[in-house]
Amino acid sequence: MSDLDIQIPSALDPFAEANAEDSGAGSKEYVHIRVQQRNGRKSLTTVQGLKKEFSYNKILKDLKKEFCCNGTVVQDPELGQVIQLQGDQRKNVSSFLTQAGIVKKDHIKIHGF
Amino acid sequence: MAEQTSSESKEDIPEITPFDPTKKKKKKKVVIQDIAEEDRLSEKIDNLTLADGVENAFVGMKKKKKKPVGSDLTNDGSPQTGQGGEEEEDPNNSRQKYPWEGTDRDYLYEELLSRVFHILRENNPELAGDRRRTVIRPPQVLREGTKKTVFVNFMDLCRTMHRQPDHVMTFLLAEMGTSGSLDGQQRLVVKGRFAPKNFEGILRRYINEYVICNGCRSPDTILSKENRLFFLRCEQCGSGRSVAPIKTGFVARVGRRKAGS
Ligand SMILES: [Zn+2]
Repeated sequence: MSDLDIQIPSALDPFAEANAEDSGAGSKEYVHIRVQQRNGRKSLTTVQGLKKEFSYNKILKDLKKEFCCNGTVVQDPELGQVIQLQGDQRKNVSSFLTQAGIVKKDHIKIHGF
Repeated sequence: MAEQTSSESKEDIPEITPFDPTKKKKKKKVVIQDIAEEDRLSEKIDNLTLADGVENAFVGMKKKKKKPVGSDLTNDGSPQTGQGGEEEEDPNNSRQKYPWEGTDRDYLYEELLSRVFHILRENNPELAGDRRRTVIRPPQVLREGTKKTVFVNFMDLCRTMHRQPDHVMTFLLAEMGTSGSLDGQQRLVVKGRFAPKNFEGILRRYINEYVICNGCRSPDTILSKENRLFFLRCEQCGSGRSVAPIKTGFVARVGRRKAGS
């Protein structure tokens, strides 16, 4: 019985499931932060799913300044605008977005390894 | 009812109480009883009513005497009240199996609960909730050339998780933001450089999301697709939940651009 608790790192509240964001098949709007490998040690961070009301270019400008990297806003036919940044900036972006109050922490999904 | 049984147990005890002198003789007797009662017990467990429980008190008592050490082992690590400790302290004095023995007091809930689990473990271990821990072996990863990574025991891990390799592969590739395929030896070849711990982190997330039951945390689950939605059903507790479909999301174009755009 208690063995179970040890085996499981995060004890989940079974009743929290009903209103939790990560249950259900993609019901909540997440901001997805992904990383992609480029050639060599280079990589690329993408931020997808920011609310449309925000000015992407302004956010991008701040991000670029904050992390000292280049970046761009890409228009995707299906997913709308996506911010691209050079390098693996996932942690940076996530903390920036939460601190600036743009996205709530539990609405951010960081992908990748 | 409780009083009745405690008085009964008192009647029983004198018969078995003598500690050392007649021990051998008594043991034999107990063994015989055990065989007869083992059958009874196992069918009792199936529909364990209160009356059964009371009756079983004696069966359990006698059984314990035979193999107190074994039952102690299964009890290991469970923070149950007093009883567990007592057993480990004096396994020889097996007559003091239950803390309420020899007293007139009522049973505590925890005591009864642990007794039920003792009985369960001895007769129907699969019902007692002790699950063998499924161990996921660490991913073995090779470098193929400079730009590709080979996940050697991919199939093996899929089998341990009881998941379709396709599904696992889709998830891995989507999370890594890359492309890949299975090679002739059923190894997963992924474009890009990845360390074993990268794979491990993603697999961990996969298991949390698509393997482990949210209710009882058992990895013994089935993932099935019903009307385009994936559902996870637990084999242990029967609970089910829907799981998020795997989305690749935005994939930036890397590498050489085509002349067209
Ligand atoms: Zn379950």
